[in-house]
Amino acid sequence: MAEKKESLGIVETKYFTFAAAPDELVLESGEKLGPVTLAYETYGTLNNEKSNAILVLHAFSGDAHAAGYHQGDDNPGWWDDMIGPGKAFDTNKYYILSSNVIGGCKGSTGPSSLNPKTLKPYGLEFPLITISDMVKAQKQLVDFLGIERLLSVAGGSMGGMQALQWFASYPEKVRSVIPIATAMKHSPQQIAFDEVGRQAIMADPAWNKGGYYESGQPDRGLAVARMIGHITYMSAASMEEKFSRRLKKDGYSFSFNADFEVEGYLRYRGESFVKRFDANTYLYITKAMDYFDVSGAKLVKNVKNPDVKFLVLSFKSDWLYPCAQSKELVHQLKLKQIDVTYCEIFSTYGHDAFLVEVEAESKLIEHFLENINGRNKNNGF
Amino acid sequence: MVSDTIRFDHQLIGKIIHEGARVIDLGCGEGDLIFHLANVKNAVVQGIELDESAIYKCVEKGLSVLHGDLDNGLNGFPDKVFDYVILNQSLQQVRKVEYVIEETFRIGAKVIIGFPNFAHLESRAKLFFAGKVPVTGSLPGQWYETPNLRFLSIKDFKEFCRDREINIEQAYYLGKSNTVGFLPNLFAQNAIFVLSKTNRRVIPQTLLNE
Repeated sequence: MAEKKESLGIVETKYFTFAAAPDELVLESGEKLGPVTLAYETYGTLNNEKSNAILVLHAFSGDAHAAGYHQGDDNPGWWDDMIGPGKAFDTNKYYILSSNVIGGCKGSTGPSSLNPKTLKPYGLEFPLITISDMVKAQKQLVDFLGIERLLSVAGGSMGGMQALQWFASYPEKVRSVIPIATAMKHSPQQIAFDEVGRQAIMADPAWNKGGYYESGQPDRGLAVARMIGHITYMSAASMEEKFSRRLKKDGYSFSFNADFEVEGYLRYRGESFVKRFDANTYLYITKAMDYFDVSGAKLVKNVKNPDVKFLVLSFKSDWLYPCAQSKELVHQLKLKQIDVTYCEIFSTYGHDAFLVEVEAESKLIEHFLENINGRNKNNGF
Repeated sequence: MVSDTIRFDHQLIGKIIHEGARVIDLGCGEGDLIFHLANVKNAVVQGIELDESAIYKCVEKGLSVLHGDLDNGLNGFPDKVFDYVILNQSLQQVRKVEYVIEETFRIGAKVIIGFPNFAHLESRAKLFFAGKVPVTGSLPGQWYETPNLRFLSIKDFKEFCRDREINIEQAYYLGKSNTVGFLPNLFAQNAIFVLSKTNRRVIPQTLLNE
């Protein structure tokens, strides 16, 4: 067993553009979008049979940069602990494809991109998109790379939704699915938090009905939305441990300055988020998550697919995407007699756990993938 | 896998099931039994286990396992999807015994139940002569640390089956590394039963409506 874990070193984001008129991408809403650019990164080598490709999908505010370092940047990609030589997604064995989503603001076509018809940023002219639209675009990328069937699709949170959608839309294209800390549909509680975030943005006068690309974006509203988000990503226990009631300075200021460390943290998180994220993208992508629903018979269409394996992971202290939602997913898979492994990982980190609990996730994912890959070679159990 | 490391009861269950059987092991622990069954009988196996660290061991072995307790873990499985449902050394830790056994017959054609015999000679002697709750090879653990919630004998279980019209198709009585033929309720440490249940009587709809 290769215990030596290395970094991927310097990596680059690539761009794939497709769906130029008249072959625009037809969206779930019936609207058309084109041309479409998807930002993506790849790590490892695609084998001759093109059978070792794993699609990794990011969460709400993530991007294509999942692992390694960009030139001149000290921070690695968002899942660097999981992807690389000797890591769970072992780039010595697998070809890892990390794709961004449409509607985003990280190099893929979204509301801040130029509308070819007006030569101005789309703003609210950008059509509403869904998780299945995101996946439809990724399918074009996968086809472009010549990959017939993915060894696995994996992702946490919104990445997990995309993974489930991949199976719902293209069951014959995936050999295994790893949905982490996710759900088959957004619950009213999840929709409610998203709506509060959207209202915070739209209540900021700078939002200007989405037309702020010359005047500057609604920083205040977007920061508040992000602060709410961060609260939902932590747990009461992890906040107690991280901040307790500690003060930034000795004693209370008896003002509305940030006295508590938790206040300072949220303000910092809000402020740094507005520098890297587009407010309209916040609206579009949260709405896409709220529309997401592959519950009941929608996940497994009438195709009987005994050849797929699921590894479903959830975290005990995650109250944003609680274990009960993962259990519902497992329940659905059991009903359809789909091979599923489920683990509820003990963690106090709340929803953030899927980015933090690397050791537990690695153990499960590494062996799960080995097993899928082994079946590949031995052609059956 | 070296065969002599395989537990006696696992070897026995490996002989009971047929080639290619679909098997679910309730309370599968680290998956040794289903791993063995997949190896020797090409069984299509699934486990359910409550302990998180045991789940990791199962996944290491390439097994499919669900994290959950048995009292709630069986709903969701369609009727009769397994050839065998195994409850080996886990029945005594189940809370809703009757419900779980009912469920095993719903999801499986046959049920294999293995449990430690509380009426074994050693237990009886410890209780009778020492006046203490027995701690034996098949019943390790003091009263304050044992995971066992239920204490039953072979005789108790047979009565249980009789009262519920459960057919005992085969019965195996086990010592340390051999089977026991003579007075099993006294001399066997463990018992393994292969059970089936004839379908519940179907009352015609016309009669129900009357």
